[in-house]
Amino acid sequence: MRFGRKSVMHVALTLALLAALFAMAGHAALSERGRGGRAGLVARLGLTDLCVFTEARYTRHPVMADRASAFQDHPLSFEHFPSGSLMGPPPHLRAQAGDE
Amino acid sequence: MSAIDRQMNILEFTLSSLLRRKGRNAALLVVYTIVVAMLASVMFFTRALRDEASHVLQGAPEIVVQRTIAGRHELVPPGYAGAVSRIRGVREVRPRLWGYYFDPAVGANYTVIVPTGIVPEGSENIREGEVTVGSALSRARKAYVGDVFPFRTHDGRSLNLRIAALLPQETELVSADLVLMSAADFGRLFGFAPGMATDLEVRARNPRELATIATKITEALPDARPIIRAEVARTYDALFDWRGAFMSTALMGALLAFVIFAWDRASGLSAEEKREIGILKAVGWETSDVLGMKMLEGAVVSLTAFLLGTALAYLHVFFMDSSLFLAALKGWSVLYPSFTLTPAVDAYELVTLFFMSVVPYTAAAAVPSWRAAIADPDTVMREE
Repeated sequence: MRFGRKSVMHVALTLALLAALFAMAGHAALSERGRGGRAGLVARLGLTDLCVFTEARYTRHPVMADRASAFQDHPLSFEHFPSGSLMGPPPHLRAQAGDE
Repeated sequence: MSAIDRQMNILEFTLSSLLRRKGRNAALLVVYTIVVAMLASVMFFTRALRDEASHVLQGAPEIVVQRTIAGRHELVPPGYAGAVSRIRGVREVRPRLWGYYFDPAVGANYTVIVPTGIVPEGSENIREGEVTVGSALSRARKAYVGDVFPFRTHDGRSLNLRIAALLPQETELVSADLVLMSAADFGRLFGFAPGMATDLEVRARNPRELATIATKITEALPDARPIIRAEVARTYDALFDWRGAFMSTALMGALLAFVIFAWDRASGLSAEEKREIGILKAVGWETSDVLGMKMLEGAVVSLTAFLLGTALAYLHVFFMDSSLFLAALKGWSVLYPSFTLTPAVDAYELVTLFFMSVVPYTAAAAVPSWRAAIADPDTVMREE
């Protein structure tokens, strides 16, 4: 039986894209991209955080942030840095606040 | 005719039918692919950041002890290190000197650290009068090895330090804004009283006792706040949870608009499509064949969009440094690392995305066709 041209092309395209999906998974599993260097620096300098948002103390070092971070300067001084809305508060701060 | 032949024939017919409405379906495929690519990008990006945090921050201090007064960080006085080291199970206590420095020239905050190097093979040995800076900072300040980096000290004097080295670019995700300097220069810059430290790094004899030691620290020093390493990992797990992230919320609007668009496309049959179903029934197609054909039509569009969108997202996040997210991620930051993340793919999240994107559209395409397929062909063909 001879298959139609369109269906064969579509099946081939789908298989190629599926192969790409598996290739991505393989690529991800094998990639390192300097992770060893970063881990070494963290251990040597005793770093606690990733340097993702450098706007404010509590976005640069969320692990080290205290419970009043968003209200640093005044009880009504609400969170106003954009990255504060991209990241949730650290869970250990919420847990401690709940205990009290 | 074998089952494969039959399915291939139905697929051929389905593709021809899709190609008859080329413009409409191409537009749908493009929008569908973009929506999937955006969702998958958020998924890959947050997954990679969480993965990075859990791998890279494994070497973070076991316990960091801060002191807080009136809800603010306070410097740790010299006696605290002794009090902590007397707690049973504590192996080593080391005062850490670090802080933030605002540079008005570029409007950026730097993290200034004095390397203490509990790990002996530390290569960040900084001499007095010299600094080592992060690559992003160097780019923003246009300051390179050999240049003089001017600081303004706490009492208004200027402190000129020479850049001895740059931290490797591959470490930017943890070091973009770092300035490493000697303890003497740090003292001059910030005017710490002798013996005062920003916080304490504590190592335990048995890492399983960290929580117990943390409790003992709070008992011995009530104004101390210990942060254990497990909390570091939990913080980053929660921080970049893509389901709860702001980006997903922002994308939700686009997603809902797309759902309405797709539902309208998939569920409303045009007169032409109804006539087509009527003709197929009249020439002998079973209801199940028509239904299968229509579901296949939905699956062709949605599966292609899913696969294409996922591949585009992977390229975007891991080969184009998430350039579309940069505006949101930068916020008001002046210094930001280049997001060259280590690729990470989570099968569970991919399967979730598959079920969210492929299944609803395929199902939505089948319902109205089923209604048309069970009706009398003559009635369906006459309907306008």
